[in-house]
Amino acid sequence: MPGATAVEMRELVDSILTRHKKAPSSLIPVLQDLQDELRYLPEDCLTMVAHGLGISPATAYGVATFYAQFSLEPRGKYIIKVCDGTACHVRGSSPLYQAICKRVKLENGKATSKNGLFTVETVACLGACVIAPVVVINDKAYGQMTPEAINLIIDELEKEDGRDQVCKTAS
Amino acid sequence: MIKSAKQLAELEHSYNSALAGAAARIVVCAGPGCAASGSRAVYDRLVEELTERGSHVTVDYLMENGAKPGSGIVALESGCQGFCQKGPLVRIEPEGLLYTKVHPEDVPELVEAVIEGKILDRLLYSDPATGEVYAREQDIPFYQDQVRIALHNCGAIDPEDIRAYLGKKGYQGLARALTMEKQDVIEELDQANLRGRGGGGFPAARKWAIAAAQDSTDKFIICNGDEGDPGAFMDRSIMEGDPHSVLEGMAIAGYAIGASQGFIYVRAEYPLAVKRLQKAVQEAKEWGLLGDDILGSGFSFDIAIKQGAGAFVCGEETALIASIEGMRGMPKPKPPFPSVAGLWGKPTVINNVETLANVPRILQQGAKWFRKVGTADSPGTKTFALTGDVANTGLVEVPMGLTIGDIVFKIGGGMRQGDTLKAVQIGGPSGGCLPGELLDVPLDFDSLQKAGAMIGSGGLVVMGQQTCMVEVARFFMQFIQAESCGKCTFCREGTLQMLEILERITKGKGNLEDLDLLEELGRAIRQGSLCGLGKSAPNPVLSTLEYFHSEYISHIVEKRCPAGVCQALQRYLIDGERCRGCGRCVKACPAGAIGGNVGSPYMIDQEKCLRCGACVDSCKFQAIEVRA
Ligand SMILES: Cc1cc2nc3c(=O)[nH]c(=O)nc-3n(C[C@H](O)[C@H](O)[C@H](O)COP(=O)(O)O)c2cc1C
Ligand code: FES
Repeated sequence: MPGATAVEMRELVDSILTRHKKAPSSLIPVLQDLQDELRYLPEDCLTMVAHGLGISPATAYGVATFYAQFSLEPRGKYIIKVCDGTACHVRGSSPLYQAICKRVKLENGKATSKNGLFTVETVACLGACVIAPVVVINDKAYGQMTPEAINLIIDELEKEDGRDQVCKTAS
Repeated sequence: MIKSAKQLAELEHSYNSALAGAAARIVVCAGPGCAASGSRAVYDRLVEELTERGSHVTVDYLMENGAKPGSGIVALESGCQGFCQKGPLVRIEPEGLLYTKVHPEDVPELVEAVIEGKILDRLLYSDPATGEVYAREQDIPFYQDQVRIALHNCGAIDPEDIRAYLGKKGYQGLARALTMEKQDVIEELDQANLRGRGGGGFPAARKWAIAAAQDSTDKFIICNGDEGDPGAFMDRSIMEGDPHSVLEGMAIAGYAIGASQGFIYVRAEYPLAVKRLQKAVQEAKEWGLLGDDILGSGFSFDIAIKQGAGAFVCGEETALIASIEGMRGMPKPKPPFPSVAGLWGKPTVINNVETLANVPRILQQGAKWFRKVGTADSPGTKTFALTGDVANTGLVEVPMGLTIGDIVFKIGGGMRQGDTLKAVQIGGPSGGCLPGELLDVPLDFDSLQKAGAMIGSGGLVVMGQQTCMVEVARFFMQFIQAESCGKCTFCREGTLQMLEILERITKGKGNLEDLDLLEELGRAIRQGSLCGLGKSAPNPVLSTLEYFHSEYISHIVEKRCPAGVCQALQRYLIDGERCRGCGRCVKACPAGAIGGNVGSPYMIDQEKCLRCGACVDSCKFQAIEVRA
């Protein structure tokens, strides 16, 4: 539920905290559930979580910044993870990554495209090394990727998003 | 609810006779490689085709109604069958035929062949080197030198059906352990000399004995499923393909040390493993194989799944424990070792996935059986993820002591067409790069250590001539530098220094003193770091410096990357013969580096050139060459 209001966020945080019985040791699973819903961790939510678990906001922030999985910045509708593990690296993941950044027009240093559609990240090994180089888009894996092939996939996603937008306006 | 060992044996029998009642079983591999090549569509098409022909029968049906001989065909999805290069794979049981690269369009013909008891030649594997065609899986050279202990069930059974695991004598190792004294269970493991498969090779029995000796009401078992080494997917395959073997191993460990709670820590990148493990835990509880009073022994054991959040260092045991406790995953000094004071300060045994998957088999078959495989000091097998520029990539399990050459050339089928071997990277960022001359090194814990690498978790990345070893060293250093938790100064700052030097060299800006500096920094980081991450961080650099020294020299002295990988060292040259002087490249060049006059050959100013390749794309006459 990206774009949630403050009230909705509070309700979401509360329900997740209850699910995890407000145990301080459940900080990581709580943040994981929260990010699943919101695609990122807004600062306000981090503070709510910290209060709810009875830990300091600094601790929650420290954990959220330590683990690569958590993002404190809004992320795109499509999260493109380019594997840069050893097997993928030796089979050309760097040119692939560069081609994707160029295709979705990432600005310098930014991970998310200006239109908020794509976030491009690298990960070290997705455990699918036999089909290197691998790209995962929202949990779907694509193997033996080339810049040309991934461009076609991104074209499709843009079309899919276009259709989603039409449906939204129609309803 | 299963209450006794006798019932386990009965269930084994009833599952197997139900399966045997089907005319055939078609097992579609749904491991990570095959799934990404579209195995799901093959399975769906298969069920559809069988249903249309009225030949589909499910395991449930066979178990409930008993098998009438020849009553239809069972379709199953399994975990990784190993030969990922040729996926999607489909195996026909009981004959053991293996079909490769099967697509949904092939399914009708395949089903036809199965029904008629024929072999569909065109989908069989043919060895590219000899042209020989193999029908049965076990005859294919890829499988010939393999011995499957940890992967015994992986790829053979439906991982989402506990009955399939019971059919493979599942939980009978636990049942036997529960009839033994606790110290005898540890003794059996000690006799087997099972050493930790997570990288260190520490004897599992010794860890268990220490934890067992602690006087504490709370003790824990942790299964390390973090598998952070890039280029490794063995633990993923076990967790996804045979989750119950991990649960059973943990329960045996729990009984031996007196723990009643276990945790499995799984990498964030493995969502399917989490799902399968959760399902397995739930089923095991429903059947009474986890939970209270297991098999009427009075022993109770429960397992919870914890998901990692993307930090390599969390594979280190003390960092992993901190992460389960909800904190930043920073390693702690040892001692105290986790077996004395681990999770929440309680005695904790932490073992790797593969280590634990070996445990039920040892308890079932005995230590003597286990020691028949492997070497005296490293008994048993090791799984490897074979990837990179090798012909047959895949998941393999071989007896300890087989050589690197055997794996790459016999099982792996040698290099991809036209390539020759340059190096084998083993053990991930903590391991090293070994040159072709060291192909005779046996793969066991101690021999590899001597050669300057380590078995690590078992990632084996084969590198061909197109790989730049300096760039590989830079790549690993960048990985380590990004993953250093920042606690120790040497690891945090030293790896940054090493990375900067390596970047300099790959850009042609290095000098010869840099090489001494790299070695010096490497030694300092090794000594000044608390955990294995820092201690082993310099390995990829030091091993490439030792075995591929001349490549460093080429980068530094000749400003040349022999493999043609380092972009900054490439030279873009216009071939005067081919250039028609059209001027397209001049317009394409963002740096204004191309000069000349329309109608005569152009020239590239090497000082201004950014090596972006825009000119190459723009040229219609293939007149621009990239030289290493
Ligand atoms: C930086 C670092 C990363 C590690 N990553 C893993 C890992 O991904 N999986 C694993 O089983 N062990 C890993 N280990 C080793 C663990 O600390 C520990 O030794 C192991 O889980 C013990 O299990 P074993 O004795 O069964 O091998 C890592 C160690 C270090 C220093
Ligand atoms: S290295 Fe890319 S999936 Fe393993």
